Amino acid sequence: MTGPMQHDQDLLTASGQPGKNLLTATDLRVCFGSGPLAREVVAGISFGVRPGECLAIVGQSGSGKSVTARTLIGLTGDGSQVSGRLEFDGHDLATLTERQWRSIRGARIGFILQDALVSLDAVRPVGREIAEPLRLHHYGRAADRRARVIELLRQVGVPEPEMRSRQLPGELSGGLRQRALIATAIALDPQLLIADEPTTALDVTIQAQILGLLEESKRRGRALIVISHDLAVVSRLADRVAVMRDGLIVEQGPTAELLGHPQHPYTQSLLDAIPSAHSRGTHLSDSSGKARAPAVLSARPGGLAAQAPLLVADGLVKRYKGPDGKVRTVVDKVSFELHRGETVGVVGESGSGKTTTGRIVLAVTSPDEGEVRLHGQPWTSLSEGQRRARRQHVGVVYQDPLSSFDPRWTVRRILSDALPAGYANASRAARIRELLHQVGLGDDTLDRRPLLLSGGQRQRVAIARALAPEPEIIVCDEPVSALDVSIQAQVLDLFADLQDELGLSYIFISHDLGVIHHMSDRVVVMTHGRIVEQGDAEAIFRHPAHPYTQRLLASLPQLSLQPELSGREPAYDRSA
Amino acid sequence: MPPAEQRNNALMTVTNVSSAIDQQPGIVRLGGRARGLSPGIVLAWLVVAFLVISVAWPGLIAREAPLAVDPAHPLQGPSLSHLFGTDQSGRDVFSRVVYGARESLSIGVAATGVGLAIAIVLGFAAGLGGRWADTVISRFLEVLFSFPSLLLALLFVAMFGAGVGSLIIAVGIGSAPGYARMIRGQVIAVRNAPYVEAAKVLGHPPLRIMANSIFPNAMRPLLVLGTLGIGQSIVWASALSFLGLGAAPPAPEWGAMLAAGRDFISSAWWLEFFPGAVIVATALAATALGRHLQRRLEGRLA
Repeated sequence: MTGPMQHDQDLLTASGQPGKNLLTATDLRVCFGSGPLAREVVAGISFGVRPGECLAIVGQSGSGKSVTARTLIGLTGDGSQVSGRLEFDGHDLATLTERQWRSIRGARIGFILQDALVSLDAVRPVGREIAEPLRLHHYGRAADRRARVIELLRQVGVPEPEMRSRQLPGELSGGLRQRALIATAIALDPQLLIADEPTTALDVTIQAQILGLLEESKRRGRALIVISHDLAVVSRLADRVAVMRDGLIVEQGPTAELLGHPQHPYTQSLLDAIPSAHSRGTHLSDSSGKARAPAVLSARPGGLAAQAPLLVADGLVKRYKGPDGKVRTVVDKVSFELHRGETVGVVGESGSGKTTTGRIVLAVTSPDEGEVRLHGQPWTSLSEGQRRARRQHVGVVYQDPLSSFDPRWTVRRILSDALPAGYANASRAARIRELLHQVGLGDDTLDRRPLLLSGGQRQRVAIARALAPEPEIIVCDEPVSALDVSIQAQVLDLFADLQDELGLSYIFISHDLGVIHHMSDRVVVMTHGRIVEQGDAEAIFRHPAHPYTQRLLASLPQLSLQPELSGREPAYDRSA
Repeated sequence: MPPAEQRNNALMTVTNVSSAIDQQPGIVRLGGRARGLSPGIVLAWLVVAFLVISVAWPGLIAREAPLAVDPAHPLQGPSLSHLFGTDQSGRDVFSRVVYGARESLSIGVAATGVGLAIAIVLGFAAGLGGRWADTVISRFLEVLFSFPSLLLALLFVAMFGAGVGSLIIAVGIGSAPGYARMIRGQVIAVRNAPYVEAAKVLGHPPLRIMANSIFPNAMRPLLVLGTLGIGQSIVWASALSFLGLGAAPPAPEWGAMLAAGRDFISSAWWLEFFPGAVIVATALAATALGRHLQRRLEGRLA
């Protein structure tokens, strides 16, 4: 590839659109600490963005993308040194004092943080929160500000803005909170809006609404810089994409070109790692796209129909009493079957009841009605004492592995604890090693505590623990949602390989349609505690019958907006 | 959405170390609070060292026997021959303070032990015994809470008579409700932790889960609590001895020494000042070390 500096020259001169850059960063460097502990987190990057244009900075955690975003609003924090040129509308931002920053931040450069719940003051009504930047920058009188707040809330699509402006952030849904945050960021009509992972915490349908909002903002002539690890989100919004790794921009260019014909191997590997319809039955983490054993995915469903199901969920109902005293049905008449060696994907948005369903299958929550049968025998209707001996057949992998490990234990102790009784010391040690190797970890992890492992390694340990009692079924509750896309790809591959090797059955719970489509033989679509549709994965994703499934698929940001460029087919039928 | 990523983000902001946490987990430790010893901690360790020697080999420091009377030199001020002066019978106050450490400290440690033992039984019974046991024990603890702890201890001594034995039990009972409530909360938190659920899903019987996971994790904060509690117990025990309810004079116990010196407070300040200062120094050292431990453990395990 060409060096970053040279790339920068291309970028600054060879633009498709006329007009000057609103913001230009040249050889930007950010360094934390000093002396031998100094770490250069952003190592000389150059980019620019024009009015009405969106630049996306994409990379994994630790690539320096969030620090880059903070640098643009002068919030890198104590102990950091920023060097290089950072030109914004004729000013050099790098030389600003904190006092001067305050007149630019909010007023001319708006900033949207990842998590609205943490970013908003929990005890201040959102209307007051939005009015805050107006007040700080001396916008009109109190009454004018109130009117402006209502107008802003309406602009970002918040229904009943008068009422909402008096509510606390905790009383708003995730989507409304993110809208309120965007309203705060655009309150003073900034020329540049920076959004750090603006939709990462949101369900797919709400994500689509927020992306639409940002698109609208761009159309009005605002410049946009979006930080994300999600290439699909970016492909919808961005005009240009910069891919960051280890503090450097490895590749940047127009979105369609970069995603269609990635030049740098790292960009290619990021694209390959995205689970979707295209990747079904192949490995994600190596570029070869190696196919899984053909017998596994295609031949299974038909051949297995004759067999008795391994697990049957029959008419599950679970009700909870809310804090307001109202009884809510979180799981409502849920029935499905799981056959040996197959994966049933349970997909739905937050609050759809998919996690509760998983917990009922695990028999850690008991259903109010209905039952789960295992091997045709009662399972959830047993007493815990009767069930205990059979628990080894059903394992679990959680979203957050760290909290599922005893904080005092090393990996060795965790795995040893999970082994069934009857292992002698020598065979126990050998079995622990075997489990570790099975999930792709080395012996060096044995005596480490999970706290000091990376997210991917922790999830591997969690999988090893689930495998220890030699289960037939593993319930996976959002097992890859907390992982970066390339780590996620490796873990998904591991799940697939283990299934081929050990004949495991998975109940795979996820909000991520791509992950579900990649992994599942059959899919269960849930909303409001009910199953709206279930059946063969390919059939459901190609021709969704229920309007909710159609809406879900239509909201999914798609990677290949321009199939003629990328050479890929659109993944889903949007005409429905 | 992903909590792990959020946590990483939070970590980044806090430590200003933003890259490659996943790849280089060691940075988590480097990025935390600097682990140098502050002067306060060094001082606290020195006090502890002094106390340990006083308890183990008082003869090394003190030159005179604690009960040796010297009628020729009563009520002498601090000097080189008598560092802390002498009392009304000519006994060396420094030696009495040194020898007194054994009694005062063992009362403090034993009382804390009694308090924790009662608290562990009550706390675990409340946390694991089901709703009924929890309600009964919690209400009982609330009743105890409505008494000031020292008053509770006084009540016990009044009922069972003065003396070192009942002093220990009294102070223990006085401090138990606070510990018990903390342990109960801890047990409930650990009981509902995902790793306990994971153990249940693996098919482990409840007794094994209790012994392997719930008990050790719920007990983890007790090391810190206990260290913090020793200082408090020493102060309480001294207060009770001062009131004449603990060690009897002329035994060299700090509280009792305070009580005996009370009559001479206008003429011989050193009789009150030095035992008082040692009580304060001991309590401060125990508290400082407790807090230090707390920070270290929380940094490592949180």
